[in-house]
Amino acid sequence: MKTCLYTYTVPGGSHWSLRLRRGLCLKLTDLEGDANLGMLFYNPEDLLERYNAPDTLKCQHTFKLTAGHCLYSDMGRIFCSIIQDDLGWHETVCGNSHADTVAQRWGMRDYQTDRNQWHQNGNDSFLVELAKYGLNGRDMAANVNWFSKVAADEKGDMHLVANHSKPGNSVTLRFEMDTLVIMHTCPHPLNRSESYPRKSVKVEIFVADPVAEDDFCKSSCEENQRGFANNHLYYLGQEVRA
Amino acid sequence: MIRECTMIQESKLSPERAVLREVVRAGDYWLREIKAGQTLRMLDLEGNQAADTLFYSAADPSERYSAVDTIREQGNVYLTVGSELRSNRNRVMLEITADTCGRHDTLGGACATESNTVRYALEKRCMHACRDSWMLAIAEHPELGLTKRDITHNINFFMNVPVTEQGGLTFADGISAPGKYVEMLARMDVIVLISNCPQLNNPCNAYNPTPIELLVWD
Repeated sequence: MKTCLYTYTVPGGSHWSLRLRRGLCLKLTDLEGDANLGMLFYNPEDLLERYNAPDTLKCQHTFKLTAGHCLYSDMGRIFCSIIQDDLGWHETVCGNSHADTVAQRWGMRDYQTDRNQWHQNGNDSFLVELAKYGLNGRDMAANVNWFSKVAADEKGDMHLVANHSKPGNSVTLRFEMDTLVIMHTCPHPLNRSESYPRKSVKVEIFVADPVAEDDFCKSSCEENQRGFANNHLYYLGQEVRA
Repeated sequence: MIRECTMIQESKLSPERAVLREVVRAGDYWLREIKAGQTLRMLDLEGNQAADTLFYSAADPSERYSAVDTIREQGNVYLTVGSELRSNRNRVMLEITADTCGRHDTLGGACATESNTVRYALEKRCMHACRDSWMLAIAEHPELGLTKRDITHNINFFMNVPVTEQGGLTFADGISAPGKYVEMLARMDVIVLISNCPQLNNPCNAYNPTPIELLVWD
């Protein structure tokens, strides 16, 4: 990766969205530890094409996301590849915090009193960002919760692993398609901290190195080679950006 | 080992008293409204069949079954007796009241022609798939106002997708068998949309798609 082109620190309890071109990398860094960053992906050329967690998990035979994995759309294409990861486990099956549960745990969202330190929740954060593109709750899919580990035991009981993400831990996504990225930094829905966890995440954008034939993500399983072949078909006739 | 952590609960309902009995052939879809208070049984007639299922609120189909809300609120990745099937607004739509199979999957999603190219081979693109059944269902029922954006993360009744503590996920042989069933009580008026899975490439329906039967009681 080359020089950082852009950087922004998303404050805890906030939301943001942006369009990323293929060939760019997005590096997310947990600045304080125990961050959670919810994320959804859409194809800006056809918003009906969106991140599909079940397809992503089953084609790579995994319940967790980490380096080497690709994030798939419902159309069999790869939005992005995880090219670097300090954590080893990010979850994509627990969804978001809702306004009522956040209010029960930490008190009502109250801008009058708290201003931008209000108790924002993940669900409403996504709704706000999605509406900017003409999307709504019907368009919401199972999202990724970066930095959060939710494991299941033999019986299937799930738990959020405490202190999973350390200060400075990062994960880097390389975009294989132009992608609309929707994100929030609201608490993970299974977080039971005493006070509202407000954890900021640094976002950096780089130009990716070209995808080599023996690329780690592309060659991590035969399924991903076929996913890359589907991306190739989608962009057939267009020159791949260096 | 799997059976030790499953829940078996038989039903007291008599099939003779069902107000509706319909067989869905392999590879077809089934779309019906079930009223609050009615009970729906899915019966695996020949064994190891996957019934890919979506639910919508009949009053407002933008409220729909949500896998993530369901498993998060119950704190467990599998569905069985006692599981409350929740909506994207985190409200209970149905509750599983009987189950002779033991557990059902809601992580694996539905097969699609597009994902089949990734999972199996690019040459398998044109094989029939669950999401194609759903596309036909929404095309044939424009009165519901459903579009592709409403076709989301479903339940796979009778399907066995174990998660390991190390974070693995596999499509295992089914734990269902001929005559096994799962029953659910509607807690709101719901539209039920089932794709009786046509998948020929994995053991979720023993490489052999077969019919299921649906029974409804008042």
